[in-house]
Amino acid sequence: MDYSSSNLFVQMGEWLSDPVNWSGSRGIPMRVLEHLGYVGLTMLIACAIAIPLGLFVGHTGRGRVLIVSGIGILRALPTLGMVFLFALLFYRGVLPSVWALVLLAVPPVLSGVYAGISSVNRTVVDAARSMGLTERQILFRVEVPNGLQVMIGGVRAGILQVVATATVVAYAKADGLGVFLVEGTQINDNGRLFGGAVIIAVLAIAVDGLMALIQKFAISPGLRAQQPPAGPLKESGRQEAVASAQGGTT
Amino acid sequence: MTSLEQSSGPLPMIRFNGITKTYDGGRPAVDDLSMDIDRGRITVFVGPSGCGKTTSLRMINRMVEPTSGTILLDGQDVALQKAAELRRSMGYVMQSSGLMPHRSVIDNIATVPRLNGVPRAEARARATELLDVVGLASELGRRYPGQLSGGQQQRVGVARALAADPPVLLMDEPFSAVDPVVRAELQEELLRLQRDLAKTIVFVTHDIDEATILGDKVAVFAVGGRLAQFAAPEEILRAPVDDFVAGFVGRDRGFRHLSFQQGDHVTVHPIETIEVDQLADPTVSVRSAWTLLVDADGRPHGWVPQATRGSIATQADAVPGGSLYTRGDTLRRALDAALSSPSGLGVAVDDDGRAIGVVRAAEVFELIERARLDRGRADHNTAV
Ligand SMILES: Nc1ncnc2c1ncn2[C@@H]1O[C@H](COP(=O)(O)OP(=O)(O)O)[C@@H](O)[C@H]1O
Ligand SMILES: [Mg+2]
Repeated sequence: MDYSSSNLFVQMGEWLSDPVNWSGSRGIPMRVLEHLGYVGLTMLIACAIAIPLGLFVGHTGRGRVLIVSGIGILRALPTLGMVFLFALLFYRGVLPSVWALVLLAVPPVLSGVYAGISSVNRTVVDAARSMGLTERQILFRVEVPNGLQVMIGGVRAGILQVVATATVVAYAKADGLGVFLVEGTQINDNGRLFGGAVIIAVLAIAVDGLMALIQKFAISPGLRAQQPPAGPLKESGRQEAVASAQGGTT
Repeated sequence: MTSLEQSSGPLPMIRFNGITKTYDGGRPAVDDLSMDIDRGRITVFVGPSGCGKTTSLRMINRMVEPTSGTILLDGQDVALQKAAELRRSMGYVMQSSGLMPHRSVIDNIATVPRLNGVPRAEARARATELLDVVGLASELGRRYPGQLSGGQQQRVGVARALAADPPVLLMDEPFSAVDPVVRAELQEELLRLQRDLAKTIVFVTHDIDEATILGDKVAVFAVGGRLAQFAAPEEILRAPVDDFVAGFVGRDRGFRHLSFQQGDHVTVHPIETIEVDQLADPTVSVRSAWTLLVDADGRPHGWVPQATRGSIATQADAVPGGSLYTRGDTLRRALDAALSSPSGLGVAVDDDGRAIGVVRAAEVFELIERARLDRGRADHNTAV
């Protein structure tokens, strides 16, 4: 591609605004979809592994040490290194990349779910058990709704990392937003390279914003309204409610 | 029809049969407990902190499994029943309301009926009625627990326990965390409710005053999980069986006066504290057997025992504290703070609610003794 300037930002702007780059199977929209497809697949697998595990450990407290050290080890793994390792060990194609991304996504999801469940007030859990909720009911009706904020936070962190890192797929197959980075480097097209990077960043922000929205609506208003209503409280509920119904005059 | 019929019915509602509970490796928390709990009456377990009251109570609904012995509910061994079903057949109220913060007040109350398959609309309608029964306006039903005062939360806790109309209510220091004025009000209402409902209530308290007000029968527990005396409150006051009970009851005789005795002379001792923010940091260790948990403003939020420091990373893990003693308050409040505290140290706070130290039960007793001697003989003649 010919640019009118050697300025990096000008090149990036020209690349991004060239309609040619926005159409066809090699265009930006298609690459975004492919990218999201890999992110979705990765998160699906990661959640299928990490959520049940996190729920189990959070609820029972069993295997806590094991997953904490496991998470530590997983976090230390270099994703790109894992892509090549898996590719060498198993097969060609995109699956090694997806598995490497899963290894990246599991730690934040797992620690989020575990932390969410174990952050729930033990007194509330004890009360629920005393009332006759079964362990399953305690988990899904008490611990999950109360730990949801932290749990979704973990998933959010995972998605964010995977959106940014799913570019590794492009090393195996010309798929996803990583293609722009690989091509940009190979043919020395800086507009393409930096334009691709910006799109990944914007996508990450957009996906995170969406997750923030989901998080907001999934959380019970009772967990946001922990503060008692302002003003001195009358302990006797009936009096107080009557007073407020009459406009606060007693 | 005989007047004896109720009190000497053939089958007690709950029977403890040689119950012993030993937590891992320790001395027994409950030692060979045998007693019958009358149907439709209030039975109070009273005694100092750590004498096995909660453990005894929680063995009834199998929240704790006994080491040996059996508990019969209506003649049936509870160990043979499904734990969850057994628990649903009993209401349970505890010191901190334990309400589910993510559910509205109405839905909290409706929990057990919903578990039992009552349709939502019906369960909610019944829950709304119960708000009225426990003296709360129905408007409060739409609120969340976090928006209620402590006293209101305890009322909701009682409503929730009553929701499935269980024959048995287990109450573990339900009124200990609210201030004395509200406590008196709640006690009054429990008695009013009980006149209509005639539930079998097992009520745990550390306050002998509360025990004698509420109990049809009172079980005095001694340290080591020994049942020291089990009788009607009048009998316990009139004829304590041993020195321990006499001491406990003797305390009560002076207790009423304590409400008026200013506690200016109570020594406030310094106490090691740890801030909420420091909990998650494992490098912050504690030196005392009990360290007070405070927030950034210095307000107390429970206790961190040295033995379990490692497993306490958030405020929710800390051992809940007892009532607070505001400096200059009455001796009664000071004693209450010390006796209700799991550490045996009553937390003293200044007028802004910031922790300033702790008071010791033994020292409060000493002041009480002195005050009693000061009151002289005139008072002695009118006592009991
Ligand atoms: N889950 C537990 N594990 C180990 N020890 C316990 C546990 N619960 C209670 N205890 C011990 O058993 C004794 C009785 O406790 P508890 O029944 O709570 O007494 P109370 O309700 O009269 O204050 C205490 O010494 C306490 O430390
Ligand atoms: Mg107790």
